[in-house]
Amino acid sequence: MSEIGVGHYLTLSAVLFTIGVIGVLTRKNAIIVFMAIEIMLNAANLAFVTFAMSIGDLGGLVMVLFVIAVAAAEAAVGLAIIVAMYRHRETVNVEAFTAMRG
Amino acid sequence: MTAANWIWLVPALPLAGVLVNGLLGRRIGKGGVSVIGPGVVGAAFAVALALFLELSAREPEARTLSQTVYTWIAAGDFHASAAFLVDPLSSVLMLVVTGVGFLIHVYSAGYMHDEDRRGFARYFTYLNLFTFAMLVLVMADNYLLLFVGWEGVGLCSYLLIGFWFKDRANATAGKKAFIVNRIGDFGFLLGIFLMFGTFGSVAFADVLPSAASVLEPGGPLALWICLFLFVGAVGKSAQIPLYVWLPDAMAGPTPVSALIHAATMVTAGVYMVARSHALYDMAPAVLAVVAGIGAATALYAATIGLVQTDIKKVLAYSTISQLGYMFLGVGVAAYAAGIFHLVTHAFFKALLFLGAGSVIHALHGEQDMRRLGGLKSALPVTYWTMLAATLAIAGIPPLAGFFSKDEILWRAWDAGHPVLWAIGLATAGLTALYMFRLFFLTFHGPFRGTGEQRQHLHESPPTMTVPLAILGVLSLVGGWIGIPPAIGQALGGVPNAIESWLEPVFADTHAAGTSQAVEGAHAVPPSEYALMAASVAVALLGILAARYLWLARPELPTRIGLRLRAPAAILSNKYYVDELYDAIVVRPYNALSRFAWRVIDDGLIDGLLVGGTGAVVKWQSRVSSAWQSGAIPTYVTVFFGGVVAILVYYLFG
Amino acid sequence: MTGVAIAFWVLAVVAVLCSLLVVTSRNPVASVLYLVVTFFCLAGLFVTLHSHFLAAIQVIVYAGAIMVLFLFVVMLLNLGTPQWFDVATTPLTAVALVLGVGFVAALAAAGLGDFEPSVVGPAAGVPPDVLGSTEAIATALYSAYYLPFLVTALLLLVAMVGAVVLARRER
Repeated sequence: MSEIGVGHYLTLSAVLFTIGVIGVLTRKNAIIVFMAIEIMLNAANLAFVTFAMSIGDLGGLVMVLFVIAVAAAEAAVGLAIIVAMYRHRETVNVEAFTAMRG
Repeated sequence: MTAANWIWLVPALPLAGVLVNGLLGRRIGKGGVSVIGPGVVGAAFAVALALFLELSAREPEARTLSQTVYTWIAAGDFHASAAFLVDPLSSVLMLVVTGVGFLIHVYSAGYMHDEDRRGFARYFTYLNLFTFAMLVLVMADNYLLLFVGWEGVGLCSYLLIGFWFKDRANATAGKKAFIVNRIGDFGFLLGIFLMFGTFGSVAFADVLPSAASVLEPGGPLALWICLFLFVGAVGKSAQIPLYVWLPDAMAGPTPVSALIHAATMVTAGVYMVARSHALYDMAPAVLAVVAGIGAATALYAATIGLVQTDIKKVLAYSTISQLGYMFLGVGVAAYAAGIFHLVTHAFFKALLFLGAGSVIHALHGEQDMRRLGGLKSALPVTYWTMLAATLAIAGIPPLAGFFSKDEILWRAWDAGHPVLWAIGLATAGLTALYMFRLFFLTFHGPFRGTGEQRQHLHESPPTMTVPLAILGVLSLVGGWIGIPPAIGQALGGVPNAIESWLEPVFADTHAAGTSQAVEGAHAVPPSEYALMAASVAVALLGILAARYLWLARPELPTRIGLRLRAPAAILSNKYYVDELYDAIVVRPYNALSRFAWRVIDDGLIDGLLVGGTGAVVKWQSRVSSAWQSGAIPTYVTVFFGGVVAILVYYLFG
Repeated sequence: MTGVAIAFWVLAVVAVLCSLLVVTSRNPVASVLYLVVTFFCLAGLFVTLHSHFLAAIQVIVYAGAIMVLFLFVVMLLNLGTPQWFDVATTPLTAVALVLGVGFVAALAAAGLGDFEPSVVGPAAGVPPDVLGSTEAIATALYSAYYLPFLVTALLLLVAMVGAVVLARRER
């Protein structure tokens, strides 16, 4: 118990990931959904770092760097889309956007 | 130029008549149709006669002509061709069908004169079609083609009974005929199936000669085949219990009754049994059934005919009764005698119907004998020819009916069936009684019609009276083709022509218990004369009784009827058989049909299966389209669900 | 209990709690702030794993830039108050919860808690302090992962352009 092993970090990563998923599935506010996605990405980052340090591979750490960069890009574009959505429909309720229906 | 090549003409000529009258009938008008209609049948008669003469010019063993028109069915082991067989038996039938048919066609041209052009053409189209089908029936060389003709005449019967279809009762009578026939046909088909299963073929040439070797005498196969075939005969030839359609069939025009329901179609059953004699010889139990039903029907129908008031109904029951005689004849293995009676019956029964038609025509549609009477002077030709026919059917020598009826009675006695003989004798007495009742009521006594009818009384035109006369002559002398040795030897060696003519067909009859082989006896037992005298005496008794009851003391029958109210009611209601059938068969069947319609058809098939399938598809599509709701959370949930599933599978699978 | 262990547990609990609050808060601004706290916790966790550089990057880029952007958009669109459509729960919520719990349960049942990696990476023997140091990462980034680095730069450019185009007002 006093020894924190790989497993602990991985379990924490899994739990955080799940919380993020539940957030994506449950919430109808587009911005909250985005934030939940960020949680998921971070959980993945945690897993990457854990593995990188435990098996001795720098690739994991570099990967985290890229994930953060891509997450930034994705957040920018995604939020721009949300702004456009809001301009179009006066709402950010994901259920209001059913144009992909059928 | 072999005669066999022209066999196809006999049925083809009436068929050509069908096409011309059917398609061009209106164009060529009543005049044209009345030439084409009878003409083609007359031409067919000429060809049939030529074939008959060709046959008679040959040696008895070689009297077979056949022609295959085309191979109809060749499916695996089963072969059936449209092929015709002309042998002594079928030639006799051919001559009857075309000869009597021709006379009736000519008569019809006069009788149906008042029809409009379209109805006239339609009538002759149907009549020609009937002749064609009947010829196919008697000329077929295999059971399947026979069955085609069998069905064809049934169809034409339906069409012609309901000829004046605008009156609903006529259409209903036609339906009844067709449906009751169908029941018989079902049995017939079962017989044919069984035959094919046993013999591997349905051709006469394959089945009949090998019947003795393939079937064990008295065995179950022979029994069932013959029984099923006989069921068909019962339907077509109006025996108990499938006779009920024939009295109703009188709704059709009278010449139709003469042709179809007297001379030809109803005799098809007798012909079929005679043709299949090789099979029936292997099933003596069925022969006993045939004879029993024939005798019972003969007596039964005679009792009903005694109290009928419609002239055509009396003749209808008379036909049923005489058909019973024919079956009695073939039932005691006297096949030639049965066919002989078929021929003579064609003559006098057709004449009786045509004569009745002449009377009906003269009184503008009156058929109730209680409103007839005293027509002797007004309709002389009809009178004398009807007298000949009535004497013939009563069995007075030397007219036609005596020889044929007597032959059957003698053969029944001789084969060791005194009960059947007694029934036949009683029926003969009744026949004389009710036929002369008809005669006296119609032609003698006071005229009981209206004054207006009396004014319009006139003899029928020549197109109607000439056939009457010809048939009258045939009723007089037609029996002379079958003079039994008992009389023939006394007359100096006159042969039994029809019996010897039909001998090649029936020669191998293994009928047990007859003192006469089919070739004809050379020693005449004295009992035969005694029986002959008995039947003549009974007939004379019947005539005298009729004269007394309906001529001398016409009030007597009414009083007797009042005294014996219950039996009179039973008889005049035809033993309530129609009501019985209605309760036992028709009503349950109607209920079943209604059930099938409402519950099964509407409810189950339309509602549950068809509608249900539609509803299931709709429901399923509604459920499925929820997948594509456009709502992102749903999509993502499913996505994640898939991920979890894959993960679980990967970890634990 | 060692200091690392205490740090881990504290940081882990706070991270989980705060991410739960992110997901369940009705007020978007509250969600944003909770998320920032979560990121800080994660940065701390990175430190416990000896990857100090990444912890720094996490705080600067994620918590600093991205979350500021989020807050900016929230304020721009006037979403500072609880929104009506977020109030009710649907059957979908139950399904999501079940799936989530199932996910973690499946992983736990498969032995995630005692997981020991069996592969050995190329830099296996290197002490973690050196491994997670800035020099190591930089060396790897500008040599072995040079191409992804350039592509990511391009990606950021594209994202920038895209964001500008998407958010532009209609003429």
